[in-house]
Order: sequence, then structure tokens, then C-alpha cells
Amino acid sequence: MSFQTFTFYAFAAILIFAALRVITTRNPVHAALWLVLSFFTAAGIWMLLQAEFLAITLVLVYVGAVMVLFLFVVMMLDVNFDTLRQHFRTYLPIAAAVGALVLFEMALVIADSAIGRTSPAPPAPTGSNTRALGRLLYVDYVYPFEIAAVVLLVAIVAAIALTHRERKERKHQDPGAQVKVRREDRVRLINLPSEKPPA
Amino acid sequence: MSLLTAPTLTHYLVLGAILFAISMAGIFLNRRNVIVMLMAIELMLLAVNLNFIAFSRYLGDMAGQVFVFFILTVAAAESAIGLAILVLLFRNTGSIDVEAQGRLRG
Repeated sequence: MSFQTFTFYAFAAILIFAALRVITTRNPVHAALWLVLSFFTAAGIWMLLQAEFLAITLVLVYVGAVMVLFLFVVMMLDVNFDTLRQHFRTYLPIAAAVGALVLFEMALVIADSAIGRTSPAPPAPTGSNTRALGRLLYVDYVYPFEIAAVVLLVAIVAAIALTHRERKERKHQDPGAQVKVRREDRVRLINLPSEKPPA
Repeated sequence: MSLLTAPTLTHYLVLGAILFAISMAGIFLNRRNVIVMLMAIELMLLAVNLNFIAFSRYLGDMAGQVFVFFILTVAAAESAIGLAILVLLFRNTGSIDVEAQGRLRG
């Protein structure tokens, strides 16, 4: 067994175990941490498949940003997670049934088609994976790339627009009211009788 | 050990299928907890990405990796908006129980 084979099986076992822990653990913080482990292990498997750039991106974007966001939300929401777990056992049979069914169907597809019997992997492309990916991304897929940027912009705007709360006690100017103001609103002339000089 | 042969395309596809089935079961298992449901969706996308990268490697076509790139982008946007909706849900109802959100029904 070569070192690469050993690495694949070790990483696959860790990945499946971590994924199982994500869906069965009691505490959502632990679930997020197990999810970090599964992403990290998946990045290792992507390295085996010589997708180095995407493996690094997975670690940076998911482990670095998305999972931190998950942890933030889990810790920010003061949820009583014990009440959420009460019906865990009642859902277990249907969850196991659906999971087994999905696995069975996929096994049929994989076993019955020719995709599994394709020739061994072609020799690894020489040169930098990042360079090849960047050339493809900026030449052939430049419009999808721009659309992906717009999708991210929409996500930023939507996330802020959804969760932004207007503060009540905030001091701010209302330019409309400032422009609309008339002289009568601000200045009041009072006709005071002048004081008589003491005699 | 004859069972543990060197990894081929089938090995990666089976791994992706197992991962997908686990996350599918996770969505059913955590019917009451939206956070873990979102995590299961992330796992599902990870399984899909694994298939894309395995095919990209074994068919010698880099375009698969470009698609993984786009899936990662969209998944990041999806989780950000999903968590924003989750925060909003908790702020308005005080719970993240999916079963309790029946009043959104028409």
C-alpha cells in the first residue's frame, strides 16, 4: 500500500466520522467544530486529487470565514438546544431510511455505469494548478466569474439589509426636514412692551 | 489487503455518495434545528464538489475545478443569507425550531 493510498483511506475514514458527528452531536458548537474537521479533511483529499488551489481556498474560505460565521451565530443566539433535541429519536428511523435509500440509489448508479471503469488517471498536469485555473477562469469563464462577483455583492447587501436594525436613540440629521423648514417655524416675533423707566 | 486498493475514480465517487447520504440523513435528523440543517447543506455541497474534482482529475478536464470555484462562491453567499434569515427568525419568534414556524403558512 503506497503512502497515497494510505492517506486516502485515512482521510476518507476521518471525513465520514466527522460528518456523522456533525449530524448527531448534541451541541451545535461541537457540530460546527466537527464540520471544520470535515472541511479540513476534504481539503486534504482534494490535495490528493491535485486540486491544490481549491484545497487552499476551501480551508481559507470555509474554515476561515464561513465556519467562523456559523460559530458567531450559534453563540449569538441564546437558544435552548435541549428542547430542540427532544424529537431526535423520533426522526431517527426516517432519517436512516432516507439516508440508506439515497446511498442505495447512488450505489446503483455508480456500480451500473461505465464511469467507474474509466481508465486510470491521466498523468498529472504539469505546471501550476493555480495558473491553469486562473487562465481558464479569466479567459473562458470570465462572464460567469463576473456574475459570481455580483452574486457575492447581492449576498452582502441582502445580509446587511436583513439584519440591520435602526437604532432609536441615534442622533442624525434629516436633510428633508432641514430644507423644508420655513421662517415661521423657527422665528417668532414677540411684541413686548418696553419697560417704563423708573420715575 | 486486497480491499484497500489504490484509489480510483470509483473510490472518490463512493466517498462522495456516502457524504451526501449522511448529510441527507442529517437534514431529516435535525428537523428542529435550522443551524445544523444549514451545516448539513454545506456538507452536501462538499460531497458534490468532491465529485466534481474527482471527475476533473480522472477525465483530465480543468473545467470541473472552475465549477467547484463557482459552487464555493454561491455556497458562501447562501450560508451568509441563510444565517441572516436565521438571526431574523430568532429575533422575531425567539426560536429556531422549524416546526414552530407554521404561521408563515399563507
